[in-house]
Amino acid sequence: MSDRILGAAGLAVAIFYIWSATLIELSFISDPVGPRTFPIIIGVLLGLASIVILLRPDAEPHWPSIGRFAEIAGAVVVMVAYALLLPVAGFVIATAGASAVLTWRLGTAPLYAVIAGILTSLGIYAVFHLVLGLTLARGPLGF
Amino acid sequence: MDTLALLADGFGIALTWQNLALALIGCFLGSVMGALPGLGPANGVAILIPLAFSLGLDPVAAMILLTSVYYGAMYGGRISSILLNIPGDEPALMTTLDGYPMAVQGRAGEALAISGVASFVGAFLATWGLVFLAPLLVKVALLFGPAEYFALFALAFATLGGIAAQNQAKSAFAAALGLGIAMVGVDGQTGVPRLTFGEVHLYDGIDFLVAIVGLFALSEVFIFLEHRGEGSGKGKAAEVGIGRIVPPLALLKSCTPTMLRSSFLGFVAGVLPGAGASLGSFISYSIEKRLVDRDGRFGNGDPRGVAAPEAGNNAAAGGALVPMLALGVPGSGTTAVLLAMLLALNITPGPLLFQNNPDVVWGLIAALFIGNFMLLAMNIPMVGLFVRVLLVPPRILMPVVAMVSFVGIYGISGSTFDLLVMIVFGVLGWLLRKLNVPLVPVILGVLLGNLMEANLRRALTISDGDWSALLASPLSIGLWLIAVVGFVLPVFLAPLLRRRMAMRKDEEGSIVD
Repeated sequence: MSDRILGAAGLAVAIFYIWSATLIELSFISDPVGPRTFPIIIGVLLGLASIVILLRPDAEPHWPSIGRFAEIAGAVVVMVAYALLLPVAGFVIATAGASAVLTWRLGTAPLYAVIAGILTSLGIYAVFHLVLGLTLARGPLGF
Repeated sequence: MDTLALLADGFGIALTWQNLALALIGCFLGSVMGALPGLGPANGVAILIPLAFSLGLDPVAAMILLTSVYYGAMYGGRISSILLNIPGDEPALMTTLDGYPMAVQGRAGEALAISGVASFVGAFLATWGLVFLAPLLVKVALLFGPAEYFALFALAFATLGGIAAQNQAKSAFAAALGLGIAMVGVDGQTGVPRLTFGEVHLYDGIDFLVAIVGLFALSEVFIFLEHRGEGSGKGKAAEVGIGRIVPPLALLKSCTPTMLRSSFLGFVAGVLPGAGASLGSFISYSIEKRLVDRDGRFGNGDPRGVAAPEAGNNAAAGGALVPMLALGVPGSGTTAVLLAMLLALNITPGPLLFQNNPDVVWGLIAALFIGNFMLLAMNIPMVGLFVRVLLVPPRILMPVVAMVSFVGIYGISGSTFDLLVMIVFGVLGWLLRKLNVPLVPVILGVLLGNLMEANLRRALTISDGDWSALLASPLSIGLWLIAVVGFVLPVFLAPLLRRRMAMRKDEEGSIVD
């Protein structure tokens, strides 16, 4: 079933892709091929591959339970929040928070997770900013 | 010997304190990443690329760092194979067959030592192979026009899944997906935006570094999250005694023919498109078993059964650099990632690389030789250090991997948008891995899509729009034929081959379990 969904989704993407490719503006300077042709070829390839997957699916993969799905979705939320907070809160605070949550969800006890998060953050800050001189996001507190 | 003079110049470039230090750091990090189950050479290199880039290393230095990581990871993969019976990376799978039984018998140190030496022999000989074969291949590549390059790219995609590819439809799907992503952005030749849907951030296209780190590194974090708490192989490393670390001379002597044969086979497997290190170690092991295993000791802890796959996969790692450097077409996932690095540094591999940037090529090759000796030194006496790394639990390690990925990408662009795109790729990577869609063709597509299109359009501009120009020369016809055969053959061959690989694993695994 999963492969059939993949195939159907791939086919839909392929059709949308080809349609989008036909809408690419043509410029007055152009070569014989033009900017549309190659994307259309790719779209067709994607569509054909999707049809084969749709018609001849592999065995069902082993999907995680709903709980684990929620874990992964939670991790995505944490990462998105991290990306958005990084310029606001600064590297050290944002990273400590995000890695504490991730290591907690991977099975560390809460208190240790906070410690691990802070150490991870300070460690990366020390190695990459202080030693290697990489520019990291600077928050209101200056780090 | 022109080549040797160039190589000597290369040593002049590689032997600076900075480059030596980078090689040392790379070898160390590589060995650590290789040893950790789950983090293979491709992930390891992918995580470090953005860092090398944002640290402003020059091309030679950056490539030295990353190829050291690559070689190091190939060395390190064996450690967890032997001690935990979990391959550190895919090519190290065959090493578990004899390595773990040796460890169970209390000969772990011996197994680590002999596999370390075998890794060295394989990688060392393969680097010599690279020295002599790459310039020859460059001469062939000079005959290539745009039409031939287009065919070569098609060949690379068609054969990327390898002989043991699971499902060619999925390989094609992955390649088309990657190529499709590459098309996003302003068209280089006519200057019109394509498939950007009015989003200004997309005008530059999607940075392949963002795609690579998302697909390889972040998806790994999701996989760990999914399998949290299952199969705790950790801690066993402490229980298995290491034993003596220096290999007895007699043992080395008995393994020498095995190592030499396996290095050769591995190198050939590495050079050929689509074969790669996994096949290199599999072939080496199988042939060696057939040749020297007269009393059925392979699978019960025969040192030659450890030496063969390790020499094979390290030689394949060196071999895979040949087409990457000489043609600009990578034969494996990790070399695709290395190619991304070169492109990001504005260096296009291929014949012109050897003419325009001989310092990069020969400095790199010299660094590989130096790195090999460093790795040998690290992996024989200091192997205990890496064994201890295995005790770091993934629940601490994986957040670090995630955070370092974010740091690297943020360091390049300072853009939150890129971080969000990376997360999207992380989720996509996880989904595709669950659905058994290979990730390497996606990466290769993102990486090579624009070059491939440029060659197609150049060929047709020369021929004034005549599509038959793509098949005009014998060379391009040959390349297309190989591409078609390479794509179709696995459909028939792969089930057979995989059944035999599985059978061998069962056969010999049954004694272990």
